[in-house]
Amino acid sequence: MPGATLAEELRTANDRGGRPPAGDPGGRGDGWGGGGRAGTPRRAYYTGLVLGLGTILMFFLALVSAYIVRKGLGGDWRATQLPPVLWLNTGVLAASSVTLEAARRSFRQGEAAGFARWWLAGLLLGIGFLAGQLVAWRQLAAQGVYLASNASSSFFYVFTAAHGLHLVGGLCALLYVAARGWSHLLRTDGLAAGMAAAYWHFMDGLWVFLLLLLYFGR
Amino acid sequence: MSTDAHAAHAAPTGFVRKYIFSTDHKVIGLQYYFLALLAAFVGLALSLLMRLRLAWPTMEFPLTGQMLPEQYLALMTMHGTIMVFFVLTTAPQSGFGNYILPIQIGAADMAFPVLNMLSFWFTFAAFVVLLAAFFVQGGAPISGWTGYAPLSAIGESAGPGLGMGQTLWIISIAIFCGASLMGALNFIATTVDLRARGLSLMRMPLTVWAWFITAIVALLAFGVLLAAGILLLLDRVAGTSFFIPGGLVVTEKLLPHEGGSPLLWQHLFWFFGHPEVYIAILPSMGIASHVLATFSRKPIFGYRAMVYAIATIGFLGFCVWGHHMFASGMSPYSAIAFSLLTMSIGVPSAIKTFNWLGTLWGGRIRFTTAMLFALGFVSLFVSGGVSGLFLAQTSVDQPLHDTPFVVGHFHLIMGVASIFGIFAATYYWFPKMFARHMNETIGKLHFWLTFAGVYVVFMPMHFMGLFGQPRRYPDLQALSFGSLLDPAHKFVSIAALVTGAAQLLFLFNLFWSMKKGAQAELNPWQATTLEWTVPSPPPHDNFGGRTPQVYRGPYEYSVPGETEDFVPQHLPASTVQAQGD
Repeated sequence: MPGATLAEELRTANDRGGRPPAGDPGGRGDGWGGGGRAGTPRRAYYTGLVLGLGTILMFFLALVSAYIVRKGLGGDWRATQLPPVLWLNTGVLAASSVTLEAARRSFRQGEAAGFARWWLAGLLLGIGFLAGQLVAWRQLAAQGVYLASNASSSFFYVFTAAHGLHLVGGLCALLYVAARGWSHLLRTDGLAAGMAAAYWHFMDGLWVFLLLLLYFGR
Repeated sequence: MSTDAHAAHAAPTGFVRKYIFSTDHKVIGLQYYFLALLAAFVGLALSLLMRLRLAWPTMEFPLTGQMLPEQYLALMTMHGTIMVFFVLTTAPQSGFGNYILPIQIGAADMAFPVLNMLSFWFTFAAFVVLLAAFFVQGGAPISGWTGYAPLSAIGESAGPGLGMGQTLWIISIAIFCGASLMGALNFIATTVDLRARGLSLMRMPLTVWAWFITAIVALLAFGVLLAAGILLLLDRVAGTSFFIPGGLVVTEKLLPHEGGSPLLWQHLFWFFGHPEVYIAILPSMGIASHVLATFSRKPIFGYRAMVYAIATIGFLGFCVWGHHMFASGMSPYSAIAFSLLTMSIGVPSAIKTFNWLGTLWGGRIRFTTAMLFALGFVSLFVSGGVSGLFLAQTSVDQPLHDTPFVVGHFHLIMGVASIFGIFAATYYWFPKMFARHMNETIGKLHFWLTFAGVYVVFMPMHFMGLFGQPRRYPDLQALSFGSLLDPAHKFVSIAALVTGAAQLLFLFNLFWSMKKGAQAELNPWQATTLEWTVPSPPPHDNFGGRTPQVYRGPYEYSVPGETEDFVPQHLPASTVQAQGD
């Protein structure tokens, strides 16, 4: 009935006492339904992740541009010596990315135990990185370098704290995947693990960028 | 999975899940709308108090007595912050965008309904925190909605309201940033991934385009404001020197800060702040385009040009922030670049304006209240835009900066134009939201009073600026020529009171019509887009568990050879002659 509105069609469908014709007229065919209520399509989660990472990038780029401008004002700028433990931390963080990918490979091969082992390793390495960052803060404080000591140290604490908080969020995502367990991964085809790992790799790369900025741009 | 889906599919029955912590985009849209309505009347009241002080400086207010200069500045700061963030950003984008966008693209809800709920409640919390600034020691901040450092960065020694009040202001803005980012992410993901079959990008209604582009702008802009706000907060509470220069003496005390840059704050703030004014106006452009086409009974003139123009405006919005800083001592070379880029926004803006006029040309225009407000929007956009071209030139800006000329300019183009978009949208979609019409007679009276009123209020401000009156002064008695402006200020204040009172007509019409308005049919405007195919108000999942199919563009009005003068988007192509995209 070409002239009928959807509302009229719906009413007729309801009068018949049933749902509209089956067969997912949305036709997405990916088993995730056609819209928010019936389940958000899988790719929307990845769109959301990319957008979220985009806005996180803008947040850090704003801080980076402030860093460059503030440093360029010269005068009072005294370079902050980076604690050497940062390099070790960076290695730990990179290793955590590798183990998360190893876990995802185990998932694709259907090895539940391998996945759990690698995922846990990634989680622990992530916690190790954050602990290492705290050590770096303590080392700086031991030298008498605090948040307000100099613009250079202010930026160091701001960058590491902001990045660390984002990693805490990442840890929550890793924990979520671990808590939901293997059967949930199977049902969702590893969606949450893929998203958590992608977020983690992004934070990994962002840290390398920030470290190089703080090192070469000090 | 299937049980999850069914649980999510069913409409909630409890009051709290249905009306308070709802994940239904329509409920959230209305929550945003009513929050913005409350904020608009609070902001309006603050501005009227300012107008009273300007026209009658010695006036005694009940309870508080004569208004002190710092109280005037606190009103100014809160008026600007409330209006920009909680009205202009909230109603046209978050309010109507939430309610209408998913239905117009044929989706059952936003992509992430829980995130959607969170973003509303973050916005609500931000509003409460902001209002709390009125009730703390020292009162609300006096540093303006732009929170210029170092005034905003030093703390309470800098003046009243700059202690706890300013801190609350920053926290409120930070929460608002989080809310806007969540909302923007949701809008983009929804538009990209949840469109109905057949709804290609170039078949999207211009409202959807406007909300989509606005969301992209918001996604890129609010993170920067959040970063700036955190640095400002650290300057205040942790003793850092991002924005506070060295050697600053406040109330005969040398501050311990060194080397910070107030200009850095201005750059960060306006990198967000200029896109923000487009966040305020772009949704209203979309609404105006949509309403003009519907009531001209013609396809929108130059659909693709409209899409490209709105995207260009969104992009250029990120390249012109320096034009707010011509008087800050920035390099004249950057000023020239910012000036040229600013004037180049005139091109896509003119494309839009001429296309609106082209849409009207030869149309069979129906002068509904919604249409009047859309026409009013075009008028205000032109009037406010032309003075923008004045201000875009550095040499003209130097004398006009910090005068009411700027106040008149941005109120017309950003403030009132966007408000007219909200009014047009309210009168237009009210029948869909509440299955009743708003009263057209009261609506038209409301339009004419408001339309004339805003011109009478804001046009004289341009002349006050040309006259040389400085901005942000609570009274002008100390100026040698101040008393010459007295009659003009009294005139503007009386006009503002009348225009403000006229808004009560709208408030009455809105709530009265919900209960007593004439019953509206499904598609009272004979419009083409998908929201007019679903019941009023739409059911919980909009389309009753199915996704509609779209076969044509959004503005097929007066198609030759058709019996009706409109062809809805969901009608299959076989029923009419083949149409272009």
